Amino acid sequence: MTSDTILKVEDLRTYFKTRTGVFKAVDGVSFELKRGKTLCVVGESGSGKSVTARSILQIVDKPGRIEGGSIVLTRQDGSTVDLARLDPRGKQIREVRGREIAMIFQEPMSSLSPVHRIGEQIGEALRIHFGMPKKQRRERVLELLKQVEIPRPEQAIDRYTFEFSGGMRQRVMIAMALACNPSVLIADEPTTALDVTTQAEILDLIKKLQQSHGMAVIFITHDMGVVAEIADEVLVMYRGHVKEHGSVEDVFHAPKDDYTKRLIGSVVRLENKADIRLTRAPIPADAAPLLQVSNMSLTFPSGLKAVNDISLSVRPGETLGIVGESGSGKTTMGRCLLRIYDPEAGNINYLRPDGSIIDLRTASTSQLREIRREVRMIFQDPVGSLSPRKTVAQIIAEPLKLAGMRGKELDERVAELMEQVGLEPAWRERYPHAFSGGQRQRIGIARAIAVKPRLIVADEATSALDVSLRSQILDLMMKLQDELGLSYIFISHDMSVIRYMCDRVAVMYRGQIVEAGNTDQVVNNPAHDYTRALLSAIPHPDPRDRRLHHRVRYVANPVSANG
Amino acid sequence: MLRYIAKRLVFAIPTLFAVSIIAFAIIQLPPGDYLTTLMADWAAQGGAVEAGTLAAMRERYGLDQPMYVQYYKWIAGIILHGDFGISFELGKPVTELIWSRLGFSLLLSLLTLCFVWAVAIPIGILSAVRQYSIQDYFATFLAFFFLAVPDFLMALSAMYLMSAWFGQSVGGLFSPEYADAAWSFGRLVDFAKHVWLPVIVIGLGSLAALVRIMRANLLDELSKPYVTTARAKGMSEFELLMRYPVRLALNPLISTLGWILPAVISGEIIVSVVMSLPTTGPLLLRALLAQDMYLAGSLILLISVLTIIGTLISDLLLALTDPRIRLQ
Repeated sequence: MTSDTILKVEDLRTYFKTRTGVFKAVDGVSFELKRGKTLCVVGESGSGKSVTARSILQIVDKPGRIEGGSIVLTRQDGSTVDLARLDPRGKQIREVRGREIAMIFQEPMSSLSPVHRIGEQIGEALRIHFGMPKKQRRERVLELLKQVEIPRPEQAIDRYTFEFSGGMRQRVMIAMALACNPSVLIADEPTTALDVTTQAEILDLIKKLQQSHGMAVIFITHDMGVVAEIADEVLVMYRGHVKEHGSVEDVFHAPKDDYTKRLIGSVVRLENKADIRLTRAPIPADAAPLLQVSNMSLTFPSGLKAVNDISLSVRPGETLGIVGESGSGKTTMGRCLLRIYDPEAGNINYLRPDGSIIDLRTASTSQLREIRREVRMIFQDPVGSLSPRKTVAQIIAEPLKLAGMRGKELDERVAELMEQVGLEPAWRERYPHAFSGGQRQRIGIARAIAVKPRLIVADEATSALDVSLRSQILDLMMKLQDELGLSYIFISHDMSVIRYMCDRVAVMYRGQIVEAGNTDQVVNNPAHDYTRALLSAIPHPDPRDRRLHHRVRYVANPVSANG
Repeated sequence: MLRYIAKRLVFAIPTLFAVSIIAFAIIQLPPGDYLTTLMADWAAQGGAVEAGTLAAMRERYGLDQPMYVQYYKWIAGIILHGDFGISFELGKPVTELIWSRLGFSLLLSLLTLCFVWAVAIPIGILSAVRQYSIQDYFATFLAFFFLAVPDFLMALSAMYLMSAWFGQSVGGLFSPEYADAAWSFGRLVDFAKHVWLPVIVIGLGSLAALVRIMRANLLDELSKPYVTTARAKGMSEFELLMRYPVRLALNPLISTLGWILPAVISGEIIVSVVMSLPTTGPLLLRALLAQDMYLAGSLILLISVLTIIGTLISDLLLALTDPRIRLQ
């Protein structure tokens, strides 16, 4: 039935004219969106899925332009309009934006203005489209805040974005999009920047609101697991083209295209332990620990106990996973180990190569300087942690230079390191911006292993990467572990990543370790409710078995959390 | 918010103290003192001074005491009695000499600031929104040109242009008939007729800098995701521009008040000397040449205090307009 179709995109072409030529971000994309249904557009970064979404509202960033094709919107009353023909600055397209088609974005922090109260930002669309007076607007905004389940709406309405957590900000975005009761909601990676548990909640919320409002949703994501959980229809994109289009059932269980198969494969891979780890001989349980942390605590000046009486140990050649949602203190804990923060109590006993044991908590500055060559860090953000003004070779050479290496020896070592992490040594003179996210993270890894460390603290090293790249980077890290005899402390909010690579895992919640043990045991037989909640929030890449909706939620019991 | 204000106020105190010491030290820097200058003058006129007279005068002015004692007397007088000492050269209390001139200095600086902001913001916005257009290149060229031309040269050229081409009397803030008259409507009109030229001359350098800053700020903001969010709501482009990126780009501009104000005030001193305005500029120059230490020191101190107050105001304004500063 054609009356069911609310949005029909045909042969859409959006090009970016640059100095070096025309970049065809979207090249001949066609699809239909049915009333009340969810269409997932999936692909890696750079596949053109975001540009497709933005083309619909004609909000593509300069110098992007719709070169051809049609985007036909069918209104409630049966009239149609081709959005692709409208002037991007004109009144007609503005009347569609926010009123008939609303959009939510990936980064809820930067997508909201930091200096305007959230009530004002949510109510704005009401003022623009309906000229609603202030008092009525406020009532409607309160109602919206209730719908998106923001606690204490009366206070929240006058707050600023930075006073909210990431998940709450995304709820504000959703409230904003819902303000005028749109018939189409476009969600551009709305959960990518969020924790797994928060992601599950936001997905739930969107589903619930979709049903109550009868909206059609275009959901853009790179995560096949999310697609399996929410989609009715799937559109797989690669480099501006549609690779596959069909029902979620067909795409997952009878994929025709190789690229689709690869995408699904990369998620399914993370469902299990890595092959490379299944075949490895177990690490002797009685091996002397490389790092033994006991009763470490850190209280911030605000009085927050960020790290509360934590004990853990890492054996040589082992990977210890630290898992928990944001705010659980896992990053702070990792930084304490390198003395970026100074813990106020406990021991951090580190086994030196010569067999002596040193307490890092009380180590002197000169001792720390030496030890920081042996214990290194990999960061989450592969963009922010590499200086944009240095070439790759300079970045990788930096720790080596500090260690006194010079000249030809240095050049050779840099080339060797680049090969080791799977980068062409010929790219050595390039700057970080010339590399993709995955390659940048490889540069970060090369820098970390440059001085032959013994322990690497990896803080959310794969969180900023597409799922398809995640397993590649993890495989690389494990390969290096076996080659160099490294130990890892792998900090992540994502249980699937932990399950894939870690030997043992410690689950952190509000500064404490609530559960620790062998990964298999913790994953298959979790003892703590919080662990169960984390596990059940992982999207399951099978549309026949949607689990997210039945997931376990963990509500902290204040008594047990303190005890 | 109150805590923030209190903190800023407390921080201003050591700055004020340091400024007073530096002001006092600077006027002591040139070799000799007021009496050496005085003697040189007398010698030039053919007179000679006996050593005894000199010593007596030195004692009378307190110039024979160590520097910290002199500083203490000076600063204690100011804090306890509002007494800035006396001008050696003019033989009058400093307070009597400077207040009216200080008032004009302040007025001129404020007018200049208003002028600079009112003109710089629209030009900066235009320049950013139409990046790499003819208008942008034109504004950019002029901005760099005026940044490069020194104040005094600008003052001289402006005066030459005005008198040679337009035959207008330039220099001063009033026509001769109003110079010493009491305030009246006529005097106000006369003031307005004179004041615009120095305001433009003093302001142009800072104006150019502000245009560049506004342009850079706005260019940063224009590509932020929240702009796209607002556009996706259906807001018109002009309203969008004013409500979001411009609003955010203004915040860093407010903090420039802290250094625009000193630039304006020091520019005002030089320009006032060239254009012979009845402000503190010419007085300060004369006091420095004559090593009239209390007069010079007090002027430097007061101008610095005004600058610190200006910075304080910019801090408070910033806190008022940016919740991130106010609430964190």
